[in-house]
Amino acid sequence: MTETVTNSNADRVRTAVAPRTVAVAMSGGVDSSTVAAMLQAEGHTLIGLTMQLWNQRRLAGREGMPEEVQGRCCSVDDVYDARRVAERLGIPYYLVNHQERFEREVVKPFVAEYLAGRTPIPCSLCNNHLKFDQLLLTARQIGAELIATGHYARNEYDEASGRWLLKRPADASKDQTYFLFGLTQEQLAHTLFPLGGYTKPEVREQARAYDLGIATKPDSQEICFIPGGDYKRFIDAYLDEQGETMPDSRGELVTTTGTVAGRHEGIHQFTVGQRKGLGVASPTPLYVLSIHPESHRVTIGSEDELLGRTLVARQLNWISVADLTAPMRVRIKVRHRHEPALATIEKSGADEVTATFDEPVRAITPGQAAVFYREDVVVGGGWIVADR
Amino acid sequence: MRRVYMDANATTPLAPEVFVAMRPWFTEQFGNASSIHFHGQRARAGVERAREQVARLLGCRAAEVIFTSGGTESDNLALAGVLKAGDHLITSAIEHHAVLHTAERLRDRGVEVTFLPVDASGAVDPADVRRALRPNTQLISVMMANNEIGTLQPVTEIGAIAQEADVYFHTDAVQAAGKVPIDVTAIGCDLLTISGHKFHGPQGTGALYVRKGTHPEPLIFGGPQERQRRAGTENLAGIVGLGHAAEMAQAFAAGNGPARLAALRDRLEHNILARVDEAGIYGGQAPRVPNTTNIWFDHLEGEALVIALDLKGLAVSGGSACTSGAMDPSHVMSAMGVLPARARASLRFSLDTGATEKDIDFALELVPAAAARLRELSPFYKPSANAAPEPAGSSI
Repeated sequence: MTETVTNSNADRVRTAVAPRTVAVAMSGGVDSSTVAAMLQAEGHTLIGLTMQLWNQRRLAGREGMPEEVQGRCCSVDDVYDARRVAERLGIPYYLVNHQERFEREVVKPFVAEYLAGRTPIPCSLCNNHLKFDQLLLTARQIGAELIATGHYARNEYDEASGRWLLKRPADASKDQTYFLFGLTQEQLAHTLFPLGGYTKPEVREQARAYDLGIATKPDSQEICFIPGGDYKRFIDAYLDEQGETMPDSRGELVTTTGTVAGRHEGIHQFTVGQRKGLGVASPTPLYVLSIHPESHRVTIGSEDELLGRTLVARQLNWISVADLTAPMRVRIKVRHRHEPALATIEKSGADEVTATFDEPVRAITPGQAAVFYREDVVVGGGWIVADR
Repeated sequence: MRRVYMDANATTPLAPEVFVAMRPWFTEQFGNASSIHFHGQRARAGVERAREQVARLLGCRAAEVIFTSGGTESDNLALAGVLKAGDHLITSAIEHHAVLHTAERLRDRGVEVTFLPVDASGAVDPADVRRALRPNTQLISVMMANNEIGTLQPVTEIGAIAQEADVYFHTDAVQAAGKVPIDVTAIGCDLLTISGHKFHGPQGTGALYVRKGTHPEPLIFGGPQERQRRAGTENLAGIVGLGHAAEMAQAFAAGNGPARLAALRDRLEHNILARVDEAGIYGGQAPRVPNTTNIWFDHLEGEALVIALDLKGLAVSGGSACTSGAMDPSHVMSAMGVLPARARASLRFSLDTGATEKDIDFALELVPAAAARLRELSPFYKPSANAAPEPAGSSI
């Protein structure tokens, strides 16, 4: 029921914003380009910014990484497109270099998480540290009051609670709120999500109508700094570049009863719920159930054994409430492409929540985020930790 | 919006007189300088007159001037045209990338390369040059003036060392031409680079002085132009423009223009330092070209400052711009021993020959206010009572 796409016009009218100076995060893609055109049409004074976060050439040809740069993240082509859009709109445009911070706050933790047997979400780290924190700071430094991004999400001020809310967008299939659970009240108060009321086809239509020249560009899907999505090869190449050797985390594949079913070449090659690449013959499909960084053991089992009823999340951020003071009924997303599942959350520590699902949930994965929803409102979220 | 341009080390506007001089050569005075007929002869005359104008700027003979597509090509030709595998090159860590990247590429092809350090003011020590000499040293390449901080390098001393050691000496004078007088004989160089658009000539034009008897191997083949040293139909209108601009630059450098620019630059520096604490001048005590100052501001990001000023109408540069348009910590600052945080928080003001007192006033209205605003927002800056302003003119 939370999945209904509302199409009423009233729903599309964002809280009216008087003309302001807005810094638009421009990636060169359809979404952020359309944001710029829409805001300009609304009469805002715009400054286009592209964050240079990573150099795709850096690891090219190293440890099996392709020689040819395939990625789109921060590529010359995307910067070119963003610049062209800014030029068409007649707005000032700047490329700002935040590669150092991106490496420190996103790439290094990404690698470290995999090596620790978890499955990280670099997009959330990037949102928390770069796209919102750093961008908002840069925007203020250059004289903008607000930032705007092409995320599919909505935000609004709630008089009753006195809090800024983050809400799911009109286009449920493009919902990016899962990656935005870390936004602070301050960030939400200074951010515009102009696409929150539109579906992706509508946004493409707008891009065409504004004649931005990028309406047919494909969506970016993968992790922006890992072209082709081969994160194992990326980790190899990055460690090699850093002069670090891959820690030896080879170990055993064991069943839930403790039987050793095989051996593996390193825990970073696994993620909870993974089926491929286990190298264990079995009449029924086998899945990774859990990863044990201390013993290097990877526990495998049947699909049924992948189901879990509880999860523990830490490093919490609350949005619609100041804190969780009593158990709350919510729906929880445990990964980006997950239908939110009914659960009850309650505090189990100062910065820890335990969630109990009504029905078992598949593949609760340490390192991923648990994001709590009530209807289309994001209550808050945290990072899933190993539940034992 | 009022816009003031203080980024002359990046490029300068074409002088109106130069534009007027160039215009007929695009249209009615067309011709290929290699052609036998009237049109060719006319074009040839235009090219050769320009060559004489450039020769006068540099104090050399016209036959010693090769026209190129700009400073980068001239630097490439000077290095790659002279050095072969097994040779040794001495250059400095603060050269323009046109020299540095060429040197790195040559190193990959078997040329030995020494990158000399600089002192805290950004100057090469001639004694280091002497010490770096090897039996197979073929070329020394040290720039005349640095593009980022404006420091003038001891090229005359280096020229003497090169002559004594009988090795070639190339100097990249892109940032010196039109700002200080140039005399290739006094410098004692064998090769010298200039670029037209740094002194109100057209972009895409440059020259390499090649002392008689020096024979760099061409980089570009396909015709006998430029005495077999640089193939391709001459960029006629561009060359005419370069020549005209060279003549104007020579007059400017010989007159009171540089002193006027230095006075403006000094007023700008002095007043910024008087109004912004925890700031200073790079190379402030060293000899510099008169139009350039590079000022560091602690506790702020130079990139944001450049953008903030641009949005208010003042065009300056932070560090040096790179191809992507994003700013990387400058190799010049790194070589001077500046920590990356401070290197990222600097502004380069480079005044155009037409700079006025009003332009300086405009900058002084904007820069201290913008710096204060950025520091207010900085998570690192905590104004404290004991953070006494450094005395004006403080330099490293």
